[in-house]
Amino acid sequence: MFGVGVLSEFESKQLLARHGVAVSRDKLANSADEAVAAAVEIGGPVAVKLCGSSLAHKSERGLVRLGLDNSSAVRSAADELLAAAVEDDGEVALLVSEMVAGYREFIAGVVHTEQFDAALMLGLGGVLAEAVGEAVFRLLPVSEADCKDMIEDLDIPALMAPLRGEPAVDQGALVDSLLGLAHAGGGEGVEAIDVNPLVIRDGLPVAVDALVVTTGS
Amino acid sequence: MSRPPLDLLFNPQGIVVAGASTHPGKFGFVALHNVLAGGFDGPVFATNPDQPSILGVEALASVADIPEGAADLVFVCTPPHTCSEILRSAASRGVGAAFIASGGFREAGSEGARAEEELVQLARSLGMVVAGPNGQGLISNPAKLAAQIVAPIPPPGPIAVASQSGNLVSAFMNYAAQSGVGVSRAVSAGNAAMLGVVDYLGWFAGDPHTKAMAAYVEGVEDGPAFAADIKRVAAAKPVVLVKGGTTPRGAQAAASHTGALATDDRIFDGMVRQSGAVRAQTIEEAYDAVAAFATQPLPAGPRTVVLSSAGGWGVIAADALSKSKLELIPLPADLKEAIDGLVPPRWSRSNPIDLAGGESRDTIPEVIGLVADHPEVEAVIYLGMGIQANTASHLRSGPYFEAAELARICEYHERQDSRFAHAAADASARTGKPILAATELGITQPDNAGPATLAAQGSYCFPSADRAVRALHHLWWYARWRKRLLG
Repeated sequence: MFGVGVLSEFESKQLLARHGVAVSRDKLANSADEAVAAAVEIGGPVAVKLCGSSLAHKSERGLVRLGLDNSSAVRSAADELLAAAVEDDGEVALLVSEMVAGYREFIAGVVHTEQFDAALMLGLGGVLAEAVGEAVFRLLPVSEADCKDMIEDLDIPALMAPLRGEPAVDQGALVDSLLGLAHAGGGEGVEAIDVNPLVIRDGLPVAVDALVVTTGS
Repeated sequence: MSRPPLDLLFNPQGIVVAGASTHPGKFGFVALHNVLAGGFDGPVFATNPDQPSILGVEALASVADIPEGAADLVFVCTPPHTCSEILRSAASRGVGAAFIASGGFREAGSEGARAEEELVQLARSLGMVVAGPNGQGLISNPAKLAAQIVAPIPPPGPIAVASQSGNLVSAFMNYAAQSGVGVSRAVSAGNAAMLGVVDYLGWFAGDPHTKAMAAYVEGVEDGPAFAADIKRVAAAKPVVLVKGGTTPRGAQAAASHTGALATDDRIFDGMVRQSGAVRAQTIEEAYDAVAAFATQPLPAGPRTVVLSSAGGWGVIAADALSKSKLELIPLPADLKEAIDGLVPPRWSRSNPIDLAGGESRDTIPEVIGLVADHPEVEAVIYLGMGIQANTASHLRSGPYFEAAELARICEYHERQDSRFAHAAADASARTGKPILAATELGITQPDNAGPATLAAQGSYCFPSADRAVRALHHLWWYARWRKRLLG
């Protein structure tokens, strides 16, 4: 799309983190060795993804490896992913991320439209987010009360309550994430933001994947 | 001393119908007919260069022939190319407002659009305000003004209507005529060349004759500006919005998932909620809601009791409540005890309160009072009104009315239902809590003493339990929004 660029997942999450959105623990690696070192530092099972500013739809291309729990698995995933990069992907690196476990996945984002200017979204997330289409919006700027209303409007109280051994969603933390996201999305040069999934771990939202679309390339 | 421009539209001192016709099939006839039939207080003028008079009104050759300062409003039914001359003539006689019913402007293509723009520029340069073009007209009951090319003339009342579609103004007014909860002002925005729905709502917000507003919109060009305007209006009075033209859109799918999910309707919905307007999906739901706002106090909270003299309705109401954000509260023990003292033990002893036919002469008014007075109750849905009067109606038209001397019992039944309607209104007035009465008899048998008494006292008879619940839910939603806004 002319005049529109994207930030890599790593840059996108850094931007969100600066605005107070909790993001997964991530490390950027330029080689399989670095990826293994990063995985050791993060500890526990990790995800390794190919990361670059021309890689908007990684999972569709199979550029995501999940639940890698030993160094050889990390190394072979890293080798495969680097080998899978094509010329159009431009400059790429490996993103090593902690695995964030939680049954509940939301999608959140900001979008600009000609008719409404900027709007904040919260919806049911994961790979089926668009198919399910359960999402609510508010125009920016949003208040704390607006964010609380969004959670209520989503109207799935069972999803907010304790679920399958997981505690209830900390709604204050979810509101904070939404406010942070709104703040990031209202910033100069930001056209759209996707956070999907926003996983609920121990009741707290964590941005596991994110994409910032910028107005300039 | 200049009056606000919309005052001239809704409270004109005099009116001119430009392009009045002798042909009863023409808008120019119907418009003049309606102005006269509506009983407008001020002077009424009509123009038609070829006729001496129409419907007893002397026909003038031109709007320029009216006395200086005799009219504030010109209602225009003539072809588009004549409109600018009419505006000039009108302005020369001190007319400050025009309602242009004529079509053939923007809706007719690019040439019409250009003509519309020129007309707006001309109106600005003349210091006039123009409603329409391509609109059906307006109703202003406090001024006894029915300047419209359609029916009906609704009874006066607390509801104001502004709509992008003229036929939907009529739809709201038809409901008003049927239910008796009437209309203060109503206007069809037509092409909204100079005045949009939101402009009218802004004026209604300051109109002492209006308690609640209903609006129909299709396109919204500038979302944030619309939201800001609606929020200002909703802070003053409740607004019920219906939006037509809901189309899915996902043009930004490639750029982001959020963009793909960002349909106009989803964003519009969020924007409306943020702004404090109540959104209804249908005109029927919107009328129920605006009638509730216009006739009931706002609930302090969601805690609701359903009172029914007939079982099934209570169950339906409870089902509807369970799907809303209202609360069907457990019946407080002291309330239970108090009702125990009034009816045989077979009553439900829970919420919904089903008296199970155990009531005697004074039970229902007493129970309504007990429930409404209870501090834990914030709203009441009352079902089963009209049953006795319905029986009376049947007895009256039956073969034994004379022979079995049924007049006394019929009168008793009718008196009872009338009392119940009064009891609901009295308890609501005393406690400041909404008490919504619902029965289909309001539609199927409007002269039934229950619904008829409701109508006579200015209350709205909800046509079903579930529609009453939905309206109450809108009341509570708006009350909560206001609380939050005003802190």
